[in-house]
Amino acid sequence: MIMTETDLHVLEPDPSDRTLLLEINDLRVGLRRGRTETTIVDGVSFDVDPRTRFGIVGESGSGKSMTLRAIAGLLPGGTEVLSGSIRYRGTDLVTAKPSVRRGLMGPEIAMIFQEPMTALNPVRPVGDQIAEGPRRHLGLSKKEGRALALEMMGHTGIPDPVRRVRAYPHELSGGLRQRVMIAMALACRPKLLLCDEPTTALDVTVQHQVLDMLESLCAEVGAALVFVTHDLAVVNKTCSDLAVMYAGRIVESGRTSEVLANPRHPYTRGLLDSAPDFDQPGRALVPIPGLPPSIANRPPGCAFAPRCSRAVAECDSAAPILTTSTDHRTVACFRAEASGSEISA
Amino acid sequence: MTDAPVLEVDDVAKTYDVSAPLLQRLFRQQQRTLLTALDGVDLELRRGEILALVGESGSGKSTLANILVGSLPATRGQVVQDGSAIPARRDKELSRRIQMVFQDPYSSLNPRLTVRAMLSELLRVHDIVPRSEVRKECLRLVSLVGLDEDALDAYPGQFSGGQRQRIAIARALAVRPDVLIADEPVSALDVSVQATILELFASLRDELGLTILFIAHNLAVVQHLCQRVAVMYLGRIVEVAGTDEIFANPRHPYTRALIASIPRMGDTSGAADLVPEGEPPSPYDLPTGCRYHPRCPFAEAQCRELDPSLRPLSESAGRVHLSACLRASDLPESP
Repeated sequence: MIMTETDLHVLEPDPSDRTLLLEINDLRVGLRRGRTETTIVDGVSFDVDPRTRFGIVGESGSGKSMTLRAIAGLLPGGTEVLSGSIRYRGTDLVTAKPSVRRGLMGPEIAMIFQEPMTALNPVRPVGDQIAEGPRRHLGLSKKEGRALALEMMGHTGIPDPVRRVRAYPHELSGGLRQRVMIAMALACRPKLLLCDEPTTALDVTVQHQVLDMLESLCAEVGAALVFVTHDLAVVNKTCSDLAVMYAGRIVESGRTSEVLANPRHPYTRGLLDSAPDFDQPGRALVPIPGLPPSIANRPPGCAFAPRCSRAVAECDSAAPILTTSTDHRTVACFRAEASGSEISA
Repeated sequence: MTDAPVLEVDDVAKTYDVSAPLLQRLFRQQQRTLLTALDGVDLELRRGEILALVGESGSGKSTLANILVGSLPATRGQVVQDGSAIPARRDKELSRRIQMVFQDPYSSLNPRLTVRAMLSELLRVHDIVPRSEVRKECLRLVSLVGLDEDALDAYPGQFSGGQRQRIAIARALAVRPDVLIADEPVSALDVSVQATILELFASLRDELGLTILFIAHNLAVVQHLCQRVAVMYLGRIVEVAGTDEIFANPRHPYTRALIASIPRMGDTSGAADLVPEGEPPSPYDLPTGCRYHPRCPFAEAQCRELDPSLRPLSESAGRVHLSACLRASDLPESP
């Protein structure tokens, strides 16, 4: 029932394959009404290497989920990709034909959603739902599909899969449902797994188990992760690299450990200072004053300037561009150098 | 802080009858099935403290909150306020004294009432201030929670999540309650907003001497805000202690598991072996003996047979450390 070591390695991609898996270039997502465009995601660029784990952090309305949905081609009605490209192994998903895209979703790219109860089909047994992708894309028979569903359920740590394969989503707990979602997403062995807050709806103990399982299973299958969350501690646990988004733009990115230990952008620092840290119990919380700008009414300069304690006149007039410094840190802030030196001082 | 408890929960239990219909039961010769949501909970809330109630979903935190505010009747036991038991049916005066703030500020406010209409209705119905002073009192309430006067004439839809939560708090405070029950009040909010709401709770405690039962799952938040922590597991309270004490010296394996599961900002290794396997057992089919033994790394033969009760272990600075673990005193030192 449990897949053997050799079975897994047969399907693993060639480790020498070092080409970029996902390359997002100046992506803009928004609403278009006649000639007016309302931009939700405003010029986002990042790359994901095969088998790496990339986190996108931001508050609600920052555009992190929209970026993810644009990659999956699941933008909500009315919104669309306005410009830019999303290249998956060289194929631009924005201009690709729907049939090409459909062929990729499942065997190449898969997605996990925040709320498994609404993402799963309530009137089909979970085993059938896990087997659906492999049967369609890999041409498995009904029997083979059932066997694969059992294997995947075992891999995701669902106890007693033989009984649970016939269960309906409502018969499972939140943690088990999320495991079913992960089993479904990884059943076709995708190279890229998109996760939209996959553990936000789960209890801490279950969250810990699910993150550990997701991490090891992705490593086994050879999938890269793009992980969207609002929780910096979860990114710290899960992702090697991260990008911080604010008002539709990436404001800072880099190695997770470096960015969190020594943030250069005032917003990243604000996020860290406003969240209670279990390891620093006495520290006072410093909230970020004000609110994020509304999507329709973003300021012309740096979107964070109205809330930023370090803002100067320059910040209100021009939007800072994301620049990479000599020490491989990427920040979009005119005062980044200053805030960086102040922190290290 | 005085030591007299403002609210005492005395052996409160809640069971739901989830049996099949009578005829079906007779026909198939089934027994009645009972779901135990709360099973003999004892808890004290002292004046002017914020007590945290933590535990996984299904542990009975929200059921207890609903019993405390009177929206659910208890099956057994009683809630005692200032020395007198609260009857099953509360009159206006009794229901005024315990108020609740809900998790989701988007669904807990009436979208068709302005903030002023919402607050003045409460002030009039409960006769909190003379009618002539209702306007003034509304203004006092919104400024208490850090909103401008303009907020009074706006509808909930015009506010952000954090502002709505402030309005929900103002609404709960309007009737001048003795105890505030906050059911996950910050978990629907963004981090930067969460900090301001936590500050608001702390200032309400420090300035008004308000007693708050703070239901949460984020232990970092609990550690920041609360004086004492009660940990719930499957309808029971398994450990109660002062915040510093419980995090430095947890004396129940479940508490240790919760602490080990917290995603950390620092080094992420270590203590991972304490994270429990599996999920809580079904409340329809509770394990014998200690309810945590199927997931507990320290379980012994006695844990499978004896059902431990909450017992005092030590006392420091007037705060008793209670634990419901048979091995509470001989658990290995926590890492």
